[in-house]
Amino acid sequence: MIRIERRLAQPRWLSLAVPVGSVVVAFGVMTLVLLLTHHSPGQTFRRIFDTGFSGSQSLNGTFVSATPLLFTGLCAAVAFRMQLFNIGGEGQLYMGAIFGAAAGIAIGDHSGWVSIPAMIAAGGLGGAAFALVPAILRAFLSTNEIITSLMLNYAGALVINYLIFDSQSYWRDTSSPTAKVFPQGKNLPDAAAWPVSHVGSLALPFGLLVGVAIAVIVWVLYTRTRFGFEVQVIGDSPRAASYAGMRTRRKILAVMAISGAIAGVGGASQDGDFRHTLDPRGLTSAGYGYAGIVIAALARYNPFAVVLVAFLLGGIQNAGYALQGADFPSGLVGVLQGLILFCALGGELLIRYRLRLARTRRTAEATA
Amino acid sequence: MPAAVELRGITKRFPGVLANDAVDFEAVEGEVHALLGENGAGKSTLSNILTGLYRPDEGEIVLGGSPVTFGAPRDALDAGICMVHQHFRLVPPFTVAENVILGFNQGEGKKFMVHPRRIERHVAELGRRYRIAVDPGARVWQLSLGEQQRVEILKALYRQARILILDEPTAVLTPQESASLFETLRVMADEGRTIIFISHKLHEVKAVSDRVTVLRAGKNVDTVETKDATPRSLAALMVGREVALAERVERDVEVGAPVLEVRDLWSAGDRGGDALRGVTLTVRAGEIVAIAGVAGNGQRELAETVTGMRPSSRGEVVVDGGKLHAGDARAAIRAGVAHVPEDRLHTGVAPSLSIASNVVLKSYRGSTVTTGPLLRLRAIREHAAALIKRYDVRGGRPELPARQLSGGNLQKVVLAREFHGEPRVLVVASPTRGLDVAAIETVHAYVREAASRGVGVLLISEDLDEIRALADRILVMYEGGIAGELDGRTASVGELGLLMAGGRPE
Repeated sequence: MIRIERRLAQPRWLSLAVPVGSVVVAFGVMTLVLLLTHHSPGQTFRRIFDTGFSGSQSLNGTFVSATPLLFTGLCAAVAFRMQLFNIGGEGQLYMGAIFGAAAGIAIGDHSGWVSIPAMIAAGGLGGAAFALVPAILRAFLSTNEIITSLMLNYAGALVINYLIFDSQSYWRDTSSPTAKVFPQGKNLPDAAAWPVSHVGSLALPFGLLVGVAIAVIVWVLYTRTRFGFEVQVIGDSPRAASYAGMRTRRKILAVMAISGAIAGVGGASQDGDFRHTLDPRGLTSAGYGYAGIVIAALARYNPFAVVLVAFLLGGIQNAGYALQGADFPSGLVGVLQGLILFCALGGELLIRYRLRLARTRRTAEATA
Repeated sequence: MPAAVELRGITKRFPGVLANDAVDFEAVEGEVHALLGENGAGKSTLSNILTGLYRPDEGEIVLGGSPVTFGAPRDALDAGICMVHQHFRLVPPFTVAENVILGFNQGEGKKFMVHPRRIERHVAELGRRYRIAVDPGARVWQLSLGEQQRVEILKALYRQARILILDEPTAVLTPQESASLFETLRVMADEGRTIIFISHKLHEVKAVSDRVTVLRAGKNVDTVETKDATPRSLAALMVGREVALAERVERDVEVGAPVLEVRDLWSAGDRGGDALRGVTLTVRAGEIVAIAGVAGNGQRELAETVTGMRPSSRGEVVVDGGKLHAGDARAAIRAGVAHVPEDRLHTGVAPSLSIASNVVLKSYRGSTVTTGPLLRLRAIREHAAALIKRYDVRGGRPELPARQLSGGNLQKVVLAREFHGEPRVLVVASPTRGLDVAAIETVHAYVREAASRGVGVLLISEDLDEIRALADRILVMYEGGIAGELDGRTASVGELGLLMAGGRPE
């Protein structure tokens, strides 16, 4: 019989061993899935590795996939640390993309020194504003933020579709006759294109660097400041926080705004780094926000670990694009991601509890 | 007399803890057998084994002469063992009668259709026989804690329990209610039932039991006839050395100017309605004022409202002449109100955070541990290490999560933090609940020391021994108001009990 017992202490090595173990188990189960669907596991994993992580071309593709995941991962990690479950990274990213694109278009083609900071600021503002809706409801009416932020993802997707497909909005390209038939967003001016940094043969998107910088800022904020101290206390025990005179409501608003702003900057990065237009179809089908939750969970809400995990999942996603074809449905890559999340959440149990093989007296007597 | 229940060599291990170490225990029919021990001595584990909640790692349970194994609590129930837990297992929206048959799979409880009248009649009859006054048709949420406890006992009687275990049953009772409980227990024992009475209050054990088994550190230290034991001898068995019982230490009280004035304070309870109804009191510098009362008469709300954790609807709290902003814990802290809360693990500290974080839980805004918005982590660690040393927090390291400390040491961390802020007023709620005798002595010494330094102490406690050991003045709370005031040096348990029950002294 296996018994589950609560751990009195949580050894440090576990917080590394469990996520790594989760990924290993996920690959193990994936092997079964591949065998059942008549694919060669060895070959498939090899291709995932080759197209995700080996060679500069693969790595550059992985950087592109990892950039939005880094933002949404940080978005989730920042909020989850305070036990504030912002599931709305997806919608907040859309809002950031909308606001970021608006800033890029409005400023026009002058200088990147103006356009890029303005897009980052506008994107952050859009994401923060959208995140404040569940934040205000939670802080003042104790509404469950999981539900409200999740529902707003759908609202966000409808807004972005409306702006391009169903209206003559500021974002929609109405200049050419073809654009009237096939709706698409206005192209951003060249000054609104974010630069790419080249290190050897590697090409690093600007957004990726911004994301890493945000990770560092978040780490400092959460481990070295009074603000972070309050977040830790509230996350651990709201009663203790109110006892210590902390203003919990304000902190809920602030943390949700920061969380939403990070996703929003990720949306602006989609405009500036990659798409150069407000692109509903590409954004709403990617599921960046939901992947961010997986990443935050695997990273155990540690911002540096988020960088690492975003890179790994980015690589797997990148490989997925390369793998999919007539013989390999794209859904299988989704299956792998799902398995990783499933195992990560299961692994959480192992950090808090230990499994014990109990010798039951009765069976011992029966065999004796 | 035949043994009703016998435990032979019971051993139970938990990760890192040996909760019961080869315990032998025997209770005969018709006796009230007290199980005495400090917190963590293994009383709860032993009763959980007896009621089938845990399985022993070693040893056996013998019931009426034949060995039994309980796979689940249901097995113990079916064998006639019932337990009245400290936290009652009742369904508040159900009536007393419904609660009595709930989960019982014999008699009326077995039937598909419930006949409320029939059950109520039966329950009323049991109440008459055992002198337990409860209205069987009343909903449980309407009952006081004392009445709810009677429902638990009725439940056991209805099930015709042969063995009844009560876990610290008097914590929620007035002295008079305790006395009537003891009478009921005596009647039950005289019928041949076995009562196992778990407690750490010596005078109660002395008053109600025939025999006492003392547990210490998981072992059965001794089983003695109650009539041959004195509170002092029992305490020595319990602690393992001679101890000073919580006795009154007279201080030279130099009472100064009022530091805390509460005027006509009203505030709402958690379930709506007014929990505080116009409380007025004054605490002067150097004075220990105790609030006595049966749990649930507004004491918790008083502590929370005075310390700003709960908004008031009317009235004011004045500290050192300055009126506090209602419902603002930060303002209260700034004004010099220290607070040792009732729930030390979830309110007094953030349990998963380090001791270092917890000692600056209130002072993290101050300049000694911060530079601008940044925390000076090294200064915080050094501060924590210094307090751990000065307050003798056993097993404490600055980086250790607070939850890993024992109750007494955790309370020392809370006290260290609260005293360090140089308070004017100290609000302490049930500061020694769940602590062992040695830790109680330490906590009491700290509270006395605070008062000697000119702090005005408001002590809120349900433990009359504690109140009588510490208080200069005693205020009794009843239904959200102050029912009366007594002198701490001369107050008798009888007077206190009368006020606690809402009566008026002659």
